[in-house]
Amino acid sequence: MAEQQRGKLKIFMGYAAGVGKTFKMLEEAQHFKAQGVDVVIGYFEPHNRKDTIAKAEGLEIIPRRKIEYRATVFEEMDTDAILARRPQICVVDEYPHTNVPGLGRAKRWEDVELLLDAGIDVLTTMNIQHLESLNDQVWQITGIRVRETIPDWLVQQADEVVMVDLTPRALLNRLERGVIYGLEKAERAMQNFFRESTLVALRELALRETAHEVEHRHVNCQDDSVSAEGIRRYAGKHHKILVLVTADPESAMLIRRAKRVGDFLDAECFAVAVQPTGDLAGLPAADREAVERHLNFARNLHLETRILEGEDVARSLVDFARRNQITQIFLTRPGGRGWFRMFGRDLVHRIVGLAKDMQVVIVSERKPAPH
Amino acid sequence: MAREISQKKTPEDFLRECQAEEAADTKGRLKIFLGYASGVGKSFRMLDEARRRRERGQDVVVGAIQPKVPPEVEKLLQKLEVIPLKAFGQDSAIDVEALVRRHPAVCVIDGLAYENPPGARNPTRWRDVDELLKTGITVISSINIQYVAELRNQVEAITGKHVTQTVPIAFITSADEIEIVDAPAEQPIERLPEQQVDAAKREQQLSKLRELTLVLAADVVDHQLSTYLECHGIKQHFGAQERILVCITARANVQEMIETARTIAERFHGELMVAYVNQPQISAADQAALEEKLAIARAAGARIQILEGENPVDALLDYARSRGVTQIFIGHSQRTGLWSRILGNPVDQLIRRSQGMDVRVFPQ
Repeated sequence: MAEQQRGKLKIFMGYAAGVGKTFKMLEEAQHFKAQGVDVVIGYFEPHNRKDTIAKAEGLEIIPRRKIEYRATVFEEMDTDAILARRPQICVVDEYPHTNVPGLGRAKRWEDVELLLDAGIDVLTTMNIQHLESLNDQVWQITGIRVRETIPDWLVQQADEVVMVDLTPRALLNRLERGVIYGLEKAERAMQNFFRESTLVALRELALRETAHEVEHRHVNCQDDSVSAEGIRRYAGKHHKILVLVTADPESAMLIRRAKRVGDFLDAECFAVAVQPTGDLAGLPAADREAVERHLNFARNLHLETRILEGEDVARSLVDFARRNQITQIFLTRPGGRGWFRMFGRDLVHRIVGLAKDMQVVIVSERKPAPH
Repeated sequence: MAREISQKKTPEDFLRECQAEEAADTKGRLKIFLGYASGVGKSFRMLDEARRRRERGQDVVVGAIQPKVPPEVEKLLQKLEVIPLKAFGQDSAIDVEALVRRHPAVCVIDGLAYENPPGARNPTRWRDVDELLKTGITVISSINIQYVAELRNQVEAITGKHVTQTVPIAFITSADEIEIVDAPAEQPIERLPEQQVDAAKREQQLSKLRELTLVLAADVVDHQLSTYLECHGIKQHFGAQERILVCITARANVQEMIETARTIAERFHGELMVAYVNQPQISAADQAALEEKLAIARAAGARIQILEGENPVDALLDYARSRGVTQIFIGHSQRTGLWSRILGNPVDQLIRRSQGMDVRVFPQ
């Protein structure tokens, strides 16, 4: 038998609850069903919305799996049942969802990966604020740290990303009429996430991100052909990025930012920590745990990681950079928190001095505006 | 892309816009559905909104719709009051007088770029719409990216087709609301059988038009955001768009800085700015070198700003903050110049004080 062809993934991208992602997704599912394609709903969140529920009518729903956790029963997508049912297309709402412990998979996107691997096409939804590399910008805009994130490579590997657009004014209208949340919750929401300026900014982020995803796809699919655009894109300097990871909590922000820039420049990214022993054994427990967590975070975002051996952080970093044809080094801005503050300024200074043939990017934390 | 509107405004612009916003009470609101091709569903979205508004009790009429519509649009149309087009010889245009007399709260008008036949009240449909807005009628309209005047060359480069009927970008930016009708350029999930080269090429074109449309919408939204923040006296600039500021001096190695900045600005669909801080005594040789560098920046499409200020770092940071800059590019040299002796190394200073922005230091 021929090797199983991987299913296709389509993401309906929005910028807030209530813009109509689920509705649009179900509409497409209905469209496929009408054409005789075998479509099922693996998971969808009706949120008590009349229109959305009506759109699901007539579509087969795979019953959810019930899971007890700390004496409460939760419902999650029953991936095994979907795999056994083996539809052509499966509708899976809320791509960034975190599963309740006990399923064997921490994140819904891991369930989606299983479906895709089994050759099932998946339609899914997400909001821009859940994209990992935008976490700091979203914090800056909304004042909210989004905890459920989707690594960027998952969105990049989607076959299609479609923007589900609605103007903030129309969205606020719907919210006021209680269409999205019910009236009391709506009032609270409007004081937080649903401020008009916040919505406008998130919408802009979503539009730009979708534009980038669209461009990424048409540029990549003409790799073989000799087009002017292709030449322009690849004739330029090939970039390689190196990120210095420390125990400083700002390392996560730095990794996100470096990876985002790297993705837009088609650059490879490395994340390294530098220790005299070449491992983390010499560090106090808290620092060791922090560095490990940051390196792990980098790996999850598909950065290659190393622990370099060296007494002199600046010199080891720049030596590594030179050996690996790095063109850009990313550092956090000194004056941050923790131990880094002590000699951070000196470190940046020395790295800039040593890395004479490279660009050095000093990344600053994006703090939310006081609202 | 659409550089005319992606650039930030002056305070005077904002004042005018804030005043315009206040005046807007008597003016109808304009809502535009923006698409990247025909057939993406703009007509449906327009009429569906008309239906919903009617159900909520608003007085809605249809002033113009495409002659041929798909059945689901036809169904919506049957439930709405239509004011027929007025004939001018073989051709027709919307009946502005009839619409003004009827004076609905909301009017649906498709095909903004449509050119009116001779004898009609206005030469183009978008001018008709403008007139209706002034009489206090809210207009829901739609347009394809192909028909935006300022993008005509870009679209032509993609499609190879020349378009004569266009709408100026300023009219589109002036809309109170703009909504994008996005659908993928292909239906990947349907797994069509292998198609000919022509179809693939068409998909490429559509995909590029789609990108252009998303970026235009983002630029319009960015403009709305700036206006909103300014009008509400909010100083904070959000980093929803990447804005790169390249700081140059007469001696800077500008080529690599500009090249990198342009690449990043392009990839992020962001904005590229170049700033130079005037120095009191500059030699003729340095002046000539500076001119040369500014020419490179101009050729790269950068917006150039000459700054004044005792302390160059202050001048640069003030400017960067006022423009919502997210990345500052600066050259690093080991030489200690006049600035450095008085003020300490400016690169050091810039790094220390650039809260909320990335600083990219270039080798010199």
